[in-house]
Amino acid sequence: MINSIKNTLGSLMLWELLKGMALTGRYFFSRKITIQYPEERTPQSNRFRGLHALRRYPNGEERCIACKLCEAVCPAMAITIESEQRDDNTRRTTRYDIDLTKCIFCGLCEESCPVDSIVETRIFDYHGEQRGDLLYTKEMLLAVGDKYEKQIAEDRAQDKTYR
Amino acid sequence: MTFLAELFGEYWAPVQTVTWTLVKIVAIVLPLMVAVAYLTLAERKVIGYMQVRIGPNRVGYWGLLQPVADGLKLLFKEIILPTASNKGLFFLGPILAIAPAFAAWAVIPFDATMVLADIDAGLLYILAMTSVAVYGVIIAGWASNSKYAFIGSLRSAAQIVSYEIAMGFTLVGVLMCANSLNLGKIVLGQAGGFWHWYFIPLFPLFVVYFISAVAETNRAPFDVAEGESEIVAGFHVEYSGMAFAVFFLAEYANMILVSMLAALMFLGGWLSPVPFIPDSFLWLLAKVAFLLFLFLWFRATFPRYRYDQIMRLGWKIFIPITLVWIVFVAAMMQTSLGYLFH
Repeated sequence: MINSIKNTLGSLMLWELLKGMALTGRYFFSRKITIQYPEERTPQSNRFRGLHALRRYPNGEERCIACKLCEAVCPAMAITIESEQRDDNTRRTTRYDIDLTKCIFCGLCEESCPVDSIVETRIFDYHGEQRGDLLYTKEMLLAVGDKYEKQIAEDRAQDKTYR
Repeated sequence: MTFLAELFGEYWAPVQTVTWTLVKIVAIVLPLMVAVAYLTLAERKVIGYMQVRIGPNRVGYWGLLQPVADGLKLLFKEIILPTASNKGLFFLGPILAIAPAFAAWAVIPFDATMVLADIDAGLLYILAMTSVAVYGVIIAGWASNSKYAFIGSLRSAAQIVSYEIAMGFTLVGVLMCANSLNLGKIVLGQAGGFWHWYFIPLFPLFVVYFISAVAETNRAPFDVAEGESEIVAGFHVEYSGMAFAVFFLAEYANMILVSMLAALMFLGGWLSPVPFIPDSFLWLLAKVAFLLFLFLWFRATFPRYRYDQIMRLGWKIFIPITLVWIVFVAAMMQTSLGYLFH
């Protein structure tokens, strides 16, 4: 009885509504946490999984030995590899395609790679304007690797003790 | 001037009156449209700030051109006419929604002398005009010939009609205090500092009026007329482009209108809160701005009511409260304490 009277009076005074408004009122004056994207960026982990790249050894030789572990492990079946024997009797890829429209950026290809050839970089803001633009070929992946090799190597070095 | 006078001859006087009135109408409606446009920006900014975001800030400095960009976008979009709709009624809907929201401004006194039509039954005129607005909603929902629009308009109409009763009763309280239906006289009845304003003796009515006003304009937390998860956009689901924009404008124009009325009837209109500062139109602007900020504040704070809760609040709480308080005020006026209520 007393409780119901208290409840009725409380709701008539709009007490809880005023408390809610006090809360939003406080937030009105609080510091805003918006990151203004193109100018500002959120901090990134060195394990960030973005656009793929194929790496080379310092002497310019491509790392990939066409073992096809990444192709086998890829859950989205986004990787297509064809290989043949090169003149120096080593096995190399003739085709290494990643369909980025299929890729789910799980990072399994990178983990499975025995020679650290296929890696995922920190790049996340790339785009394609036509169908097929996001189908990355071996040349494109190697170009990404060449361009960002310094960053890629740094990130791998940081993570070395945990791998 | 004399040339024009000769040209019109005996019709010169009425022509002059009509022209002058038209100029005054433009002087009211143009700033109102700008206010409506910038209220949409203010809403996005205020709600953004309350959600620890910064809101629109890309179009123009501080996002100040955002309403222009939005307006242009809507202007260039196609107005889609559903094949099953009734064409005449379909376009009458938005017009009926926005016309009363603007027409009601005719009797609003901005100052002791600044008023377009100083009619004696100004309050009744306003009540009539705001009641017509519900037909825009009903017609829009009906003419769209779509179940979502139909259900949305039914909800909206039921809600507006229910809350209009409570709102009407709160106005009765103001009438009893002011002894007049003329809005200018109602404001002047509150002269002499903020302790003379009607929101003090009529505080419960003021609260009921303002909450009813939120419900009348279909604003959060009473915005069940739209509901993405149930009935999409409600009564204006079939409208696009400028026809949709007109509904949007009507909603915001109505918000400004009910805030203006609350400021005039309960917060002393253009009167200054303390006698030694001069009265000014700016006081009215400040009061309206504060009440509009409350609208946005509500939207940023409260989760929406369930439909049966809205009806319960309107019929079983607000109407009894207003009735009791009117009787209380009427009784007190007969006692020696009656001066408190004038």
